[in-house]
Amino acid sequence: MPINYYIFLAIALFCIGVVGVLTRRNAIIIFMCVELMLNAVNLLLVAFSKMHHAVPGAAANAGTDGQLFVFFIMVVAAAEVSVGLAIIVMMYRNIHSVDVNFLNRLKH
Amino acid sequence: MNNVLHLAYLVPLFPLLGFLINGLGRKSLPKSLIGIIGSGTVLASFVVSVWIFFQVKGGNTYVANYFDFISAGKLSIPFAFQIDQLSSLFLLIITGVGFLIHVYSTSYMHEEKPEHYGRYFAYLNLFVFSMLLLVMGANYVVMFIGWEGVGLCSYLLIGFWFKKTEYNKAANKAFIMNRIGDLAFLIAIFWLVWRLDSVSYGDVFANVSKLSNTDIIAITLLLFVGATGKSAQIPLYTWLPDAMAGPTPVSALIHAATMVTAGIYMIARSNILYSLAPLTLNVIAIIGIATALLAASIALKQNDIKKVLAYSTVSQLGYMFLALGTGSYVAAVFHVMTHAFFKALLFLGSGSVIHAMGGEQDIRKMGGLSKYMKITNITFLIGCLAIAGIPGLSGFFSKDEILAGAFGKSPVLYAVGLFTALLTAFYMFRLYATTFRGSFRGTHEQEHHLHESPAAITIPLIILAILSVIGGYVGVPEFLAHGAHSLNTFLQPIFAASQPHLPVHEVSHSTEWVLTGVSTALILIVVIFAWTRFSKKPDTEEATGFGKVLANKWYVDELYDAAVVRPLHKLGGFLDNMLEKPVIDGVVNGVGKLVNYGSRQLRLLQSGQVGSYVLLMVLGMLVIFVVQFFLRK
Amino acid sequence: MIAVLLILIPLLTGLAAFFFRNEKAVRSWALFSSVATLAVSLLGLTVFKDAKYLFHECEWMQGLGSSFAVGLDGMGQVLCLLTAVAYPIIFLSTWNSSYKRAHNFFALMLLAQAGLMGVFLAMDALLFYFFWELALIPVYFLCSQWGGERRIQVTFKFFVYTFLGSVLMLIGILYVYSHTADQSFAISSFYKADLPYNSQSWLFWLFFIAFAIKMPIFPFHTWQPDTYEQSPTATTMVLSGIMVKMGVLGLLRWLLPVLPIASYSYGDTVSRLAIIGMIYASLIAIRQDDMKRLIAYSSIAHIGLMCLTIFSENKIGFQGVMIQMFNHGVNIIGLWIMVELIERQFGTRKLSELGGLAQKAPTMAIFFVIIALANIALPLTNAFVGEFLMFTGVFTSTVTKYNILFTVLAATCIIFAAVYTLNMVRKIFYGEANALTANAKDISLNEKLALGVIVILICWMGVYPKPMLDLTNDISDSILKISDVHHLLKK
Repeated sequence: MPINYYIFLAIALFCIGVVGVLTRRNAIIIFMCVELMLNAVNLLLVAFSKMHHAVPGAAANAGTDGQLFVFFIMVVAAAEVSVGLAIIVMMYRNIHSVDVNFLNRLKH
Repeated sequence: MNNVLHLAYLVPLFPLLGFLINGLGRKSLPKSLIGIIGSGTVLASFVVSVWIFFQVKGGNTYVANYFDFISAGKLSIPFAFQIDQLSSLFLLIITGVGFLIHVYSTSYMHEEKPEHYGRYFAYLNLFVFSMLLLVMGANYVVMFIGWEGVGLCSYLLIGFWFKKTEYNKAANKAFIMNRIGDLAFLIAIFWLVWRLDSVSYGDVFANVSKLSNTDIIAITLLLFVGATGKSAQIPLYTWLPDAMAGPTPVSALIHAATMVTAGIYMIARSNILYSLAPLTLNVIAIIGIATALLAASIALKQNDIKKVLAYSTVSQLGYMFLALGTGSYVAAVFHVMTHAFFKALLFLGSGSVIHAMGGEQDIRKMGGLSKYMKITNITFLIGCLAIAGIPGLSGFFSKDEILAGAFGKSPVLYAVGLFTALLTAFYMFRLYATTFRGSFRGTHEQEHHLHESPAAITIPLIILAILSVIGGYVGVPEFLAHGAHSLNTFLQPIFAASQPHLPVHEVSHSTEWVLTGVSTALILIVVIFAWTRFSKKPDTEEATGFGKVLANKWYVDELYDAAVVRPLHKLGGFLDNMLEKPVIDGVVNGVGKLVNYGSRQLRLLQSGQVGSYVLLMVLGMLVIFVVQFFLRK
Repeated sequence: MIAVLLILIPLLTGLAAFFFRNEKAVRSWALFSSVATLAVSLLGLTVFKDAKYLFHECEWMQGLGSSFAVGLDGMGQVLCLLTAVAYPIIFLSTWNSSYKRAHNFFALMLLAQAGLMGVFLAMDALLFYFFWELALIPVYFLCSQWGGERRIQVTFKFFVYTFLGSVLMLIGILYVYSHTADQSFAISSFYKADLPYNSQSWLFWLFFIAFAIKMPIFPFHTWQPDTYEQSPTATTMVLSGIMVKMGVLGLLRWLLPVLPIASYSYGDTVSRLAIIGMIYASLIAIRQDDMKRLIAYSSIAHIGLMCLTIFSENKIGFQGVMIQMFNHGVNIIGLWIMVELIERQFGTRKLSELGGLAQKAPTMAIFFVIIALANIALPLTNAFVGEFLMFTGVFTSTVTKYNILFTVLAATCIIFAAVYTLNMVRKIFYGEANALTANAKDISLNEKLALGVIVILICWMGVYPKPMLDLTNDISDSILKISDVHHLLKK
């Protein structure tokens, strides 16, 4: 499968994520959109890694660093999810809402 | 060091000591002692000056170096005195006439409190000290020290009665006008340093050939501007009449023995430079004659006894500058000397009158004083005759020599000079007749008080009167007696070097006889006319028409005020209120305000809305993308 | 040793002064400290005048190429002597003024002295910058804690303004540093730094603006009258008597020799600024009614002349500037003492409200007149020698072709100086006494002592300035040699 398809899919996912973050006010949905963007990048990394590996005459470990990054991102994302969800839970407890527009106290 | 004239430092040292003792001890010393110290120190200087004079007459001239005053880079200015014919003559005039004025002051100022009495004598001594520095200096910087010193002393003495604001304003005016002249003098000194790396008379005069024509003209003109300040010539003369605010003996000191003669001395001293600059000499002659005429015309309508004398001084100084401008340096110095005698006499005489009148200075309220004050009357009359140029008295000889020199240069100068001499005779005898002749016009109380002044006042008057009569015989002109001009012979070494550069104007003896005859006859007519007219009917009404213009001194003070003083004052205000505060400080504060405003605007971006932050972030990334991939080459 | 002591004594005594609790004790302590500094400074002039006593260098920030190098050259001697003489006079004359939290006041005064000494002594650019800032900070606190009503805004402006200059200078210093052959902040490396003309031309303005703000030179002067007006008078004396000399010293030691070509090519521009400033400040001074503001503007005019002379680049002028720095400091401190005396007694500095003091306080009048005469550079007062040499320097300058014009224009300020100074004397001392001044008291003994010292210095330096001139001889020569453009251009 040509690499283009992966790229278009990743861009589509990423854009959905961006638009979601920009337009939605619900913290959980924003959170999910962030995950979407991260995974779009992951997809891209894996696709390029595969592509590099498939080049004739490539070294045995060609493109493995891309897959390594993906693991890192997944670990970080998992950590982020746990912290982020905890924040959202605390937020809900305090202001009984998950609307991010209420979170502008720092301005004052 | 071996030369006996090394002791010349004693001359200024005595008055300096007098200044210090009287100045520091003014509260503790008794008045009599203050007077003795004040006069005694000047007498001591006079004695030394006489001794110096005879040394110099015997052919001993000397430059005494005392210490390095300023030495920086290539420039080295020693504190040095030069004793030669010119300075020794001035020493005699300054200390001699100065001493008489000091003696006179002991009586005249006797009503002052001891503290002010001491202050007065301290200033007086400082004045003499400064003037001595001026004439003794062996370079232009030492001269300048004395030059500003006399300016300072005149400032202190004119404002001596410091409670009166007007007097203080006159003092300020004197100082500031002098400063304008001093500025030009200073620049001339810089110019000399620039070209010759030296300011010593010896070096400068020996190296005049190194100076270009422009240099010489610039230097001489600048020095002359300096002289116009100190010697009260157009355009800087207006301070001198105002200087009458000081005590009368001070006026005598300023007008006769010191200060105003400084300009003449300076130009006579620099005669070599001037002889090489004919253009400057012409300027000097024109300014001199113009000042003489202008001041004489103003004196015609003045009613304050001291103001008349003040303008006559300005006028006589004009004569001296005329003499300098025509290259008759000896005549100028001669007139300085005779003028010192009769002008000191006239001022001290007027002081005697004012004393008797209880402070009244308006001659319209005097009259008939000859009955009450015999000695003052006679001596004052002698002074008037001398200044008018009646043959046989000192003024005749010096004025005649000046006019002869002027005739040699141009008959026009002579004609104007003669006309001015007639005006002089007229206003002096207007003054004399109004004051001493006719009947008394003051109040009864004043009449009751009229009395001859005490001996401390009359004796100086008598001595000065004698000098005013005989002082002229040191300079009997060639056409009257061959070789009788002993002053000329004495000063010969000073002016010898400049003789070759001066054009020779031979005036034949017969012409001189005619000129002298004509002028004498005219002056006598004017004297008799003025005497009879003002004895009978003094000029007591307010002046009208042209007379009013004269009485108001041609409105020159008003002109200066409107043309210089007020615009500068306004400019100062404008700069302070319109430029300093709103513009320059405004810009500085504006920068501060701009930063403040800018940060307040930027703060609005920090809305606290997560959405807007993210939007900005995305937009920023997009911009970076676009720049990175599409715009960069 | 001498150089280190000059910094250490005020620094340590200043720090110690923070812990005093008794006003009288801290006052005496400060006076004692300043007299000790004066003694050290005099020793450096007389007994220990060998280079081994006067110069000192030890490691400071070796990795950066900066060392703690301090030294007393002729100019340093003059300025350190000024600082050392000024402080006892300041403490003596303000003996009768009381300050809140006096221990802090005197501690800060002494710390400022340490900073000033450091600026005059530093032979290392980074050290120079360090002391430059160190001097500024105590003065800022002095003005903002003990000043007049508008002190907060005025000192804020003063601080930000001068700090802006310092930062510009720091950039300049770092740039020059990066172009030195041996990566060093030492003054000798700075003098040898290889800087092409185009970088000199912008570096020049970085340094010049820093110094011009400090001096100050038109149009960077507006902080000065306000700050002088609002500061406590003792601080004003430090500011105007000593601190402005930091700028002058900076020009002579850190600008002209480091950037000779730019100094030459911008000389005329700067000279014009200086002249405009002189005339401008003089004219404004004529119109002032507040004594402090009048003296402040008068000082701007006098400093302008120094700047003009420095950029005429010749030896007579340099020597004139160096001794005039001393003389100006002495004279202006004398004037401030008078302001302090008058303000403390009558509660006003307005000329229009005073008058007739000469009757009531004759001694004060005499002192004031002498100092005023020195301010207008009358011969036989100290300022005459300085101004004479400076004007001669400008007139005989070979680096500009407008020398005559510059001198004539600048010299008009001599006349203006007479106008405003004599008017001030007249309005304060002459005329009839009014209700305010009718019960005036004359000056007290300690003030007489302080003023006596000033008058003696005025006369001594006016009559026999030779010792001071000799002191400045060698350093003028060496500055001139390093900044000689004709020689450089040939290369």
